[in-house]
Formats: sequence, C-alpha cells, structure tokens
Amino acid sequence: MSAKVEIDFTLNGVREQRAVAADMSALAMLRDVVGLTGTKYGCGEGECGACTIRVDGVTLNACLMFAVDCDGREVTTIEGLAATPPGEKLRASFVEHGAVQCGFCTPGLVMQASHLIEKNPGAGEEEIRRGIEGNLCRCTGYRKIIEAIAGAK
Amino acid sequence: MGEAQKTVARETLIGKRIPKMDAPEKASGRTRYLHDIDLPGQLHAKILRSTQVHALIKSIDTGAAKRLPGVHAVITAADVPWQRPIGVAKDHLPLKTGRVRSLRDEVAAVAADSVEIAAAALALIRVEYEPLPPLTDPVEALQPGAPLIHPEPHGGDGGPQLKPGAPVAYTGKPDNVAMTFEYAQGDVAQGERESDAVVEDVFRLHYVTHCCMGVSGVIAEFDASGNLLLHSNTQVPFLHKREFAEMLGIDPGRVRIIQPPIGGGFGSKLDIYPFEPIAIFLARATGRPVKLVYTREEEFEASPTRQPVLLKLRSGCTRDGALTFRAVETLHDNGAYTSWGATTPFVMMQTVSSLYRLPHCKYRTRAVYTNNPYAGSFRGYGNLQATFAVEAHMDRLADAIGMDPLEFRLKNAQQPGEVTPQGMHFGTCGFKECLSTAAARSAYQRKRLEHASRQGDASPLKRGVGIASMLHVGGGAKIYPSDGCGTILKIDDFAHVTLITGASEIGQGSETVLAQLVCEELGLPLSSVTVVNNDTDITPWDVGVHASRTTFIAGNSAIGAAKKAKDKILAAAAAKSGRASGDLQLSGGFVVTPEGEKLFELGKFLRSLHFSDKADLVMTTFYYEPPSHHQDREFKGDVSAAYAWASQVAEVEVDTRTGIVKLLSITAAHDVGRVLNRLGIEGQIEGGVVMGQGYALTENLIVEGGAVKNPSFRDYKLVTAPEIPEMDISFIETMDGEGPQGAKGVGEAPAICVAAAVANAIHNATGVRITSLPFTPERVYRALRGKLEAPVWNVPA
Repeated sequence: MSAKVEIDFTLNGVREQRAVAADMSALAMLRDVVGLTGTKYGCGEGECGACTIRVDGVTLNACLMFAVDCDGREVTTIEGLAATPPGEKLRASFVEHGAVQCGFCTPGLVMQASHLIEKNPGAGEEEIRRGIEGNLCRCTGYRKIIEAIAGAK
Repeated sequence: MGEAQKTVARETLIGKRIPKMDAPEKASGRTRYLHDIDLPGQLHAKILRSTQVHALIKSIDTGAAKRLPGVHAVITAADVPWQRPIGVAKDHLPLKTGRVRSLRDEVAAVAADSVEIAAAALALIRVEYEPLPPLTDPVEALQPGAPLIHPEPHGGDGGPQLKPGAPVAYTGKPDNVAMTFEYAQGDVAQGERESDAVVEDVFRLHYVTHCCMGVSGVIAEFDASGNLLLHSNTQVPFLHKREFAEMLGIDPGRVRIIQPPIGGGFGSKLDIYPFEPIAIFLARATGRPVKLVYTREEEFEASPTRQPVLLKLRSGCTRDGALTFRAVETLHDNGAYTSWGATTPFVMMQTVSSLYRLPHCKYRTRAVYTNNPYAGSFRGYGNLQATFAVEAHMDRLADAIGMDPLEFRLKNAQQPGEVTPQGMHFGTCGFKECLSTAAARSAYQRKRLEHASRQGDASPLKRGVGIASMLHVGGGAKIYPSDGCGTILKIDDFAHVTLITGASEIGQGSETVLAQLVCEELGLPLSSVTVVNNDTDITPWDVGVHASRTTFIAGNSAIGAAKKAKDKILAAAAAKSGRASGDLQLSGGFVVTPEGEKLFELGKFLRSLHFSDKADLVMTTFYYEPPSHHQDREFKGDVSAAYAWASQVAEVEVDTRTGIVKLLSITAAHDVGRVLNRLGIEGQIEGGVVMGQGYALTENLIVEGGAVKNPSFRDYKLVTAPEIPEMDISFIETMDGEGPQGAKGVGEAPAICVAAAVANAIHNATGVRITSLPFTPERVYRALRGKLEAPVWNVPA
C-alpha cells in the first residue's frame, strides 16, 4: 500500500487538509475519503464524464486526476455547485426540461454545463452539443439535456 | 346542455409536461445509488474469472490469498456445495465446478477490507486449467462432433425443489441445442404458390450491450436470524426474492430486497447473474455486509448482451401487393449459459406473424451453446432483430412489384379489431395513422423519389430516406403466472397521499406518472404525493419492470386504489352534506359540487372523519391483473392487454468516399394510446431513438474467439451529443379502453425500428442493400464497393 501524502486544497469553498495515498485518484478521494458521492464512477478512464469536476475553474475527469494533484487548488464538485445560484439555475432547468432520467450521468453533465455557460454565455446549439460530447448519457438521447443547458443560460 | 357540461371543468394533469419527481435530487448529486451506499462493517468483494475460453479446472489454490492481511473469505465452488443453478434454463452455477465455459466464468471470489486488498488477493489465487477445444461459432455448434458445452452434470446437490431431468446443470446436455422455438400458421408452401414475387435474404445482427451508466452491483447482508437483506439493482425484485430464497433453502419471506435508485436498466437487470449469489455466499461466510461492484471493464465483459442472431427470411406477395407468406429461421448464439436472450423468439415471432396481415407463416429458432458471452434481455427484446429483417423485405417486395413502399405497407397494415392467426387481438391500432403521419411529416414519398434519382450523380454525398414500423406489447405481457401489480394507498390527516406501488423505477419516470394518475383521481397537486416503490417488505407484488408494462399495469393498479379512496371520501362527504355522492367530486384539494362550490377542504374533512365517533382513516388497496392470456403450446394467445405501434422515417447522408453514414433525422409517429406525461414520453422516445441509432451506426461489441475485444467506452462507441439526429415526434392517441386514462406502454417501442429505417434509407441513398449490422464506416465502405461479405445461411438442418 502506497505512502500517504499531505495535501491542502479548497473543496467547495472550504479549506481541506487530507492525507491521501500517492496513487489515489481525485475521484476516489472525493467519494471514499471525503464522502461526497455526487461525483460518479462511470468508466475510470475519462471516457464517460460521470465524474466531471471543476479544478481552478476548468472541468476535468476526476478519475484521471491524482488526488495529490488537488494540492493548492480550488476544487468544485456537484455538491458545491448545487449550492450556488448558477447551480440552482441549472438544476431547475434540467428538472423543468426533462433532462434527467436515471440521473447517473446528470451531476457530470451539470458540472460540464456550468463551465460551458460560464465560458461561453452565448453558446448556440452546436456549441452546446460540442461542449458536452465528453459526457455519455444512455437514457435521454441528449435532446433534453441540450435544451436544459440552453434554457439555463 | 348535457350533464357533462354542467360539471365545472377541473384542471387535468393528463398530457401535461410534468417534471420527474426525483430529478431535483439527481441534478444536485444528492441521490444515493447503490454505489454510494456503505454499510457499517461492510466488506468489499471481487470475483476471479476464467482465463480460458473452455477448459477443465484441475485445481484451485487459494492458500496465499487467504493469508493476505485484510482478507476475510476466499471461496470457490467447493465452499458452497449447496449452491443452485441460476438462469432461464438453470444451466448456470454461480461458482464454476470442474469446467469453465467462457472467459466471464466465475472461478473464485474474495471478501476483504477494501477493494484493493480484494484485488490483490485475486492475484494470489492459482488456478490450473486443462484447455478444451473452444467452440465460438454457433454454426459449428450444430455440427456432428462439435465440442459439447454441457456434457455432464455440473455438480451441486440436485436441488430438492427442482424436478429431476430438467435443469441442465444437474443433467448435462448431449447436444449444444439450448432451446428451440417453432411456430406456424397456414401453409407457407401454398403462400409461395400464390406469390408473384418472392425474396430471400440472410441477416446478421451483432452483439451490443446495455452500457448502463451505473455499473452492476449488489450489497448482501444477513441478520442474526439468517434473514437476507439485499441492496440490489434488480428490475424484478419479487421474482428474485423467491429465487434467492430457493438458492439458500430459506423461506422467501426471509429475503428482503431494497432497490436504491438504479443507474439505468434497459432490461439488463431482469435475470440473476452469478455476482449476486456470490456476494450472498460471501456475506454468509463472513457474517458481514458484502458489497460487490463491477468495474466498467467487467461490465463489458461479464454483463449480458443483446441477442446476436443469424436470420434467414423468405417472403412473398401478389402483384397487387398482398403479402402471402413469410418463412423465418434463426440461429441464436446462446453463449455458454442461458439467460433471457434465448427466449427473444417470443417477441420476434409476433413481429414476423402479426406486424402486417399475413396468411401463411413459419418461424423456427435454435439457440445453441457456444463458449461466447451470453445474451440477456435488452429493450425491444428481439424485436430490433426481427424488425430489421421484416422491414427490409417490405421494401424489397414493394420494389419487386413496382409499388410505392408506403402504399405497400398501408395495404398490409393491421387495423383495429383484427385478431391475428397467432391470436393477438388489436383492440386499438393506430398503425395506419402512424405510417401516414411519419410519411407526411418527413415528405417521405417525395424525398424517396428525389434521392433515388440522384444515386448516379457525381456527388459523393448521397441522401436517402427509409421507413420502418413496429408492433410491440403495450399492455403488459403474460409470461409469468401473474402479470399484475398491487398498490397500497393511504391519505393522511393533512391530505398527503403515500402511494405504495410494486412498480420498480429505473429512470423511466414511473413514480411521476403513477403519482400523476393518482392526483388526477383525487384532485390533488403532484406535491401531495410520496411514492414508495423500492422495498419488498413494504411494497405489494409486481412482476417487474419489463415488457413496457409499468405505466399500463401499475398505472391501472394505482388508479384502482385512488378510485377506492375517492369513493370512500365522497360517500362520507355525501352523508355529511346530504347530497348524492355521485354529485360530488374532488378538485383542487376540496370536495366540490358540480357547480364548483367548495364543500369541504380535504385535509380538514379527513381529520373530521378520523377524529369522529366512527373514527376512520382512508387506506385502500388495489390489485390489477390485465385481461390477457398465456400463449398455448403453439405460441398462440393474446399475451398483452394492448399493443403499441410506431412508424419511423430515417433520413441519412452517406459519404461514399468514407462510408460514414450520418443520421440526419428521425420522424417518428407512435400510437401510445394517450399521452399521460408529455415530458416523460418525449424523453422515452428520444432516448429510445438514440439507442436505436447506436445499434444501427456506432455500437459493436466485438467478440472474437470468445473474448470481448473492446471492453471500454473508448472502443465501444456510444452515440454522443453532437451525433444525434433531428427528432420529430408525433403521438397517435387511440385511447385504449383497457389502458390507464387510455394509455399504452411505450418504453421499448422507440428503439425498435431505427436500424431497419436506416437500412432502407441507405438503400435509397446508394442502391446498396446491407443485411448485417452495424453500419460503421468500414463496413459501409466495403458494402458500397461490393466487398462486404454478405451473411450466408450455412446452418445444418
């Protein structure tokens, strides 16, 4: 079992100090060490987007990032986003537009959408589609997700 | 002025866009799926799978694994001699004895303090195999001298409740034929004699898999008295409760199944798979809760697939466009064990015999054992495969007699009131309206001629349109002894309703539509209802979420319970107000008169009932069993209380330089009986269409020599957001008399005819008919150059 590394970072606006294994993913840390389970495991290799988080504002797949690399950074998960006005707006839009079925991909898509809207408030349908192409959804056929993001801008 | 008009119209919830009740939790990351649950004292399990496609197990050494710190149990078949076979044919022991028959076979399992320790322990288990000749071609499975997959009994104690002679696990099988299905109506030879045009093709349908975003998993725990509690993703909790009890030799009342929110089902969770009994064995061995969750790679390698099929179809018609006969033979690659995939002929033969009016029909399937992965049930249940073939031939026959394909279909389409030779009664049938609507809204006829005339143009980009239709059960399916669902409903002192339903929720929105139907009866807003639907100790029987049955069956059940509650309330209100109960109704949280006068506020009125001399509460139950029938031994019978219909037109663009097929649009018209929740039903159809798009264009589980070659989302291509087509969806509301508020089932329908429509569209674009899936660029590129090997029927008789 690998050695622990001390890290100091901001998680959803709160300063955290944790000792994590050197080979642990940010996803495993969030879920198993911190206990925030809104970030989902879907594939473990950055192909499905279910574990999308924001690190220093940028979205990335938590399964591909080492926990130790969170050191000194600002990490936002779905739990953090959901408590902010943009997160509430996105949630309301996803609900109202029927963008949620089984819901397993939803937190990742909401995270991706928050980044998309922030970086490109004028995004049209094509840009929204491109913006979420790294997030897989097996239930909805994406149509209502696209509408939800367009409706949340 | 009739009676109805005197009544003040109250606002209806039916047909509205009702957001899914659990969506706010899901969209804020608060929903706790099975993966998110950790019980105190919980251990983590992992399974050691075979490294051999087909081999004898000579020895298993678990010594080193058992000695690893943090390991609580290492088990093999030898530790559970009482294990019982699972699956549709009971040919499958959870832990393998003596022989492995596929690469997914479970050889040993570990429970440890962490997933990492469990994985490290697996690496320490030494298994010695003696390789056997592999059998990975289903055609070979029927050849004399082919290796046998189940030559001898697997072991186990024979199972006291299981009749001797039946389960393959206890008897072995002298050949590789797992199941056969034969159906006939009329005389196909006569049909062929009466035909002016006859066409025959061989179709090959490939492996795809469910790809639920939430991977498979289970948590098993025994209490101190030996009662089993399972946190399970099953779609059929009551069936599995009984099976697990039988496996453990305990009373079914001692098994409780809780279903946390499920991260996608699509049929994948209709059968028991070995990981579930294995977690139970480990929980029993350790006395601790045991959690077993797949990795995505395991999900690809060791969860079921859609049934792959080789299908020969011969069809005929007269020169004036009347269908005469169809003869179908299929070979199903059963894989090493029998799950629901083998039984897809139940649905396939309905499409073959009854989608169109057809006098003569013959159908035969053989499902044969191989060392390949095995197929389960998957949204559409064989219907995508059958429809792909049948609808290709509708175009081919129309072409052969020079008739417009839409006109040809309309001429043969089923109509309301029809009773088919297979015994299906089509009470409501909007098939012709589906055809005309989808065709008109897509300009199908005009575009078909335009696109065909451009086939010879210099442009490398070719466009085409194709139409395909489908028939599917829409009022349950009487497969099990019961196809019913129970409801328990209570209304508290504050007019809050708790709806306790047997129906399982897998993301399709059943909780919302059931609450909506109850509110419609009780005149309450949706916020007045809590739905309880995930605990077998609380909920009444339901056969499970399958066969597009939940809205129909559980909906009728919920309405029944709500009506009983309404009757009781109105009778009491009538007694109190001196009016006839038939004059009163519930609306907006009040008991009201026909003129809209508010007599009683409902909560207050319920409290007055409760706190009176005759103290009473409003609690009702209702059980709904659909008026459908089991099929007889010849597969004839009216298995569903209603049938769903749909037609879809696909428009594609084929890049003849690259073979890339772009799906531009799907114009869909669905006979859904009645739209209950417009938002929900659109979501079902859009999601189903895109799943059908994946089946047609991108998804391909590559199985070579018994091995899954692309067990990741990198190499198994799900459709992504930029690729989805324009979708134009029309609802044909035929108001089914048996359906809840007139509705029929819709869950599977939208996925069924996409691939068939795309195949016809590619033909319209290029003049090339491709009879095998998927339409990936390489395969289409080859087909356009005459270099794609067409499937052949080389199956021994």
